[in-house]
Amino acid sequence: MRHDHIISAKQLSRGDIETVLDRAADIAADPGAFADRHSDTLLGLLFFEPSTRTKMSFTTAMKRLGGDIVDMGSVESSSVKKGESLADTVRVVEGYTDALVLRHPMEGSAKMASEFVDVPLVNAGDGAGQHPTQTLLDLYTIRENAGFDDLTIGIMGDLKYGRTVHSLAHALTTVDASQHFISPESLQLPRSVRYDLHEAGAGVREHTELDEILPELDVLYVTRIQAERFPDESEYREVAGQYQIDAATLEAAKDDLTVMHPLPRVDEIAHDVDETTHAQYFQQAHNGVPVRMALLDLMLGGDQ
Amino acid sequence: MSNNDQQLRVSKIQNGTVIDHIAGGQALNVLAILGIDGTSGDSVSVAMNMPSDRLGHKDVVKVEGRELSQDEVDVLSLIAPAATINIIRDYDVVEKGRVERPSVVEGVLECPNHNCITTEDEPVDSRFAVGDDGVRCEYCDTIIRDDLPAHILAE
Repeated sequence: MRHDHIISAKQLSRGDIETVLDRAADIAADPGAFADRHSDTLLGLLFFEPSTRTKMSFTTAMKRLGGDIVDMGSVESSSVKKGESLADTVRVVEGYTDALVLRHPMEGSAKMASEFVDVPLVNAGDGAGQHPTQTLLDLYTIRENAGFDDLTIGIMGDLKYGRTVHSLAHALTTVDASQHFISPESLQLPRSVRYDLHEAGAGVREHTELDEILPELDVLYVTRIQAERFPDESEYREVAGQYQIDAATLEAAKDDLTVMHPLPRVDEIAHDVDETTHAQYFQQAHNGVPVRMALLDLMLGGDQ
Repeated sequence: MSNNDQQLRVSKIQNGTVIDHIAGGQALNVLAILGIDGTSGDSVSVAMNMPSDRLGHKDVVKVEGRELSQDEVDVLSLIAPAATINIIRDYDVVEKGRVERPSVVEGVLECPNHNCITTEDEPVDSRFAVGDDGVRCEYCDTIIRDDLPAHILAE
């Protein structure tokens, strides 16, 4: 891979994606072989927003490669609280570490930060923008379960603000996938994402109801609809309720449908789905470790 | 109206740049984009809504004592695509050119996405890729299609 920084799924070619996923598969098959690979490496974690899965899986990934992490901690306890700019913060921390992982609430923050540092920087989510490592683990899960050939995928929920959706939709244009987008009208894909999908030759097929397309899907990717996107609680409840699934909903689906979710879920996937063979969202979360190990390994020169 | 009549309305300049064929009403936006606000002491003449065969109405801006480079004027293509640039030396036009659409404009437009990092107090200029039918923020991907002048950064 020739990328110093991983900012957006848009920068990843099919070849890049396959390289990371192949390395992740190698790691998953024999993690011990990679245990001391980066024993001198320190990874800097800069999380300006709360995170459980992404932060813990990056920490796990770095440690399982033999390295260690340096964590800025919460914004409240850092110099950001004193008014330090993001550009200054990353320039300071790059002097302590060999690579950086950044999550920040503003769109474009990772791209800007990458312009101020020489060490590799990974975008772990920038506002409603991009979340490319989530996309890589999503793609890994899709490839393991449904493959990349003649794939029909439905992406449901908050498509407007969901950064995992934006990253995934971009990346799926590099594989043989037919993408269907299921959401309330107020939460449809933003203009920039539609534009890119159109430019990439991918059709945007939009639905307001899951029933219209569920029987055709190989993968259903569910995301959370957040209450704060709606003017009042009752409207939120009415709309969100239409985009919840349970085991009964899935009786209309193919037997081998894979149900995914970037987590955390609230009530958009009922717990009775967990017991079905469709449920892959916990495995999906677990895949975050080998995929992030693979990405770090490749970024830090593990293929040399 | 002949060319001479126009010259009477706005006097000739000895050395500098004349930007002609600006879409009517956009002259002040042109000045804003070029960062010309009169504080440098240069003489600046502005004629607005002059009759024009080609545009119906056009604006003309004359900047005394400053020769604008192609890079400086290309950004004007966003709001004045028909503009022509005349470089004047000793009252004669020594160079005539048009504005060309640049691939990127930096520090000219403000991103309308209030959650874009370029709107924060960070050491970064806004940067937009210029497409066929709009511009796109290179940081947050927000696309602006309409009313570009409304997004010109205030100095």
